[in-house]
Amino acid sequence: MRTHLAAIGCLLVLSLPAAAQTAMAPPGASSCSGCHDATIANSAVPPLKGRPAAQIVDAMDAFRAGKREATVMTRIAKGFSEDETRAIAAWLAKR
Amino acid sequence: MSKISLDRRTLLKSASVVGAAALLPSPAFAQALPKVVVIGAGFAGVTCARELKRAGLDVTLVEPNATYTACPFSNGVVAGLRELTEQQFGYDAIRKDGIKLAQQNATRVDVDKKEVTLGDGSTLAYDRLVLAPGIDLRFDALSGYTEEAAKTMPHAWKAGEQTTLLRNQLQAMDDGGTVVIVAPANPFRCPPGPYERASLIAYYLKTKKPRSKLIILDAKDSFSKQKLFQDAWKQLYPNLEWIALSAGGKVTEVDVKEKTLVTEFGRHKADVANVIPPQRAGLIAPLAGAADRSGWCPIDPVTFEARERPGIHVIGDACIAGGMPKSAFSANAQAKVCAAAVVSLLRNEAPQQPKLINTCYSLVAPDYGISVAGVYRPANGLLADVEGAGGVSPADAPASFRALEATYADNWFKTITTEVFG
Repeated sequence: MRTHLAAIGCLLVLSLPAAAQTAMAPPGASSCSGCHDATIANSAVPPLKGRPAAQIVDAMDAFRAGKREATVMTRIAKGFSEDETRAIAAWLAKR
Repeated sequence: MSKISLDRRTLLKSASVVGAAALLPSPAFAQALPKVVVIGAGFAGVTCARELKRAGLDVTLVEPNATYTACPFSNGVVAGLRELTEQQFGYDAIRKDGIKLAQQNATRVDVDKKEVTLGDGSTLAYDRLVLAPGIDLRFDALSGYTEEAAKTMPHAWKAGEQTTLLRNQLQAMDDGGTVVIVAPANPFRCPPGPYERASLIAYYLKTKKPRSKLIILDAKDSFSKQKLFQDAWKQLYPNLEWIALSAGGKVTEVDVKEKTLVTEFGRHKADVANVIPPQRAGLIAPLAGAADRSGWCPIDPVTFEARERPGIHVIGDACIAGGMPKSAFSANAQAKVCAAAVVSLLRNEAPQQPKLINTCYSLVAPDYGISVAGVYRPANGLLADVEGAGGVSPADAPASFRALEATYADNWFKTITTEVFG
């Protein structure tokens, strides 16, 4: 019976839909939509969902290196490594 | 409600036994999704509830109010620049998501039974509990400043009637009057908030009642975005005076009858007094045993699980988030990380080491915005600033930069409220 109950525990744990298991945002990525990705009209901030990953990576590199002017993104880009940025960009591109 | 949840539990229990006997998932068993209860439907609570629902969980959101009145941008309402209705959001989209909305106060948490008691005595069972209760104002911390006193000297630190009260008082004040803002010691909701409010009230006075003056009595010697605010005040608002703690700014007593603020150094008579008192985590946090002696909730920086109460998560203004300020942006970012951690924990998986961003805009004037940003990661048991990142707007920026930040501020409010409530 003990074994059976443990098996039930596993089933409970695994009863989350499969979709939820693939959509985990990489570190930092879920914060972006605080400013980006709105469905609001005439947004002054560019949406990121579905944007090619390479574009996001290039922009972040340029912000980090001070080669592209910005208000806050120069300050935020410095908080992410190139690897982290690539993971975030790949996730956003698939949204 | 209690009957239903009891019946449901009984049903689940019997379903488990049937499942154990058959060792096959039955239709009844498929309904046994893990249950998460989220208490508080502000930026943190709603964001978290919706993320958890998207992950396929059974989510109940507990919130007594039928609409939410957002604090960010409410200083614009105080200054007559926008209407309170622009701050208000309903919960229709949340219901449409399939989240159960319990429109009541949560009065008790039974940690052992994993059960929340509501105002009407009914109970909600949970596998994981998320507390997002925001703040309570401490009416026991500043002599003379009671809930009753707030009807004469509004705090306007929870947006709503209090916001309107302060606005009406400012509009009724004669030109030549004195406005006094009392700012609390750290920590409190929205660290740059009192100074943005001072700026926008000063803007109102300058344009409508130019012989008036504004004094900030502060229990601190420094504050968020200080240099940016003070540079702007020097340039825009000569009638704004900031009195720091070391200059006698700490208010020790409030005299409501005389509309006077008493400090260690003297008395300040006000025509309009805005008293922002000390604060603590919303009441359900200490009731659940999640708060420490400071009145706020220490958390694990990876899962937002309360240090004092594993299985209960605390997000938003109520938690002690290390370097992250108590802002709506932080609350929203924390909620998403917390939801991901809850999903991982329910799956018996290790939660991911998160990174979080905060960006806070303040308006010094309608076309003059300034910001502070930060990136955070778990370090030494806290959420620590990522070194070399973040910081405030440049000190020597041209007017076009300030105007652009004001535009981004407006854009941010529309974006985040659409994401959270839309």
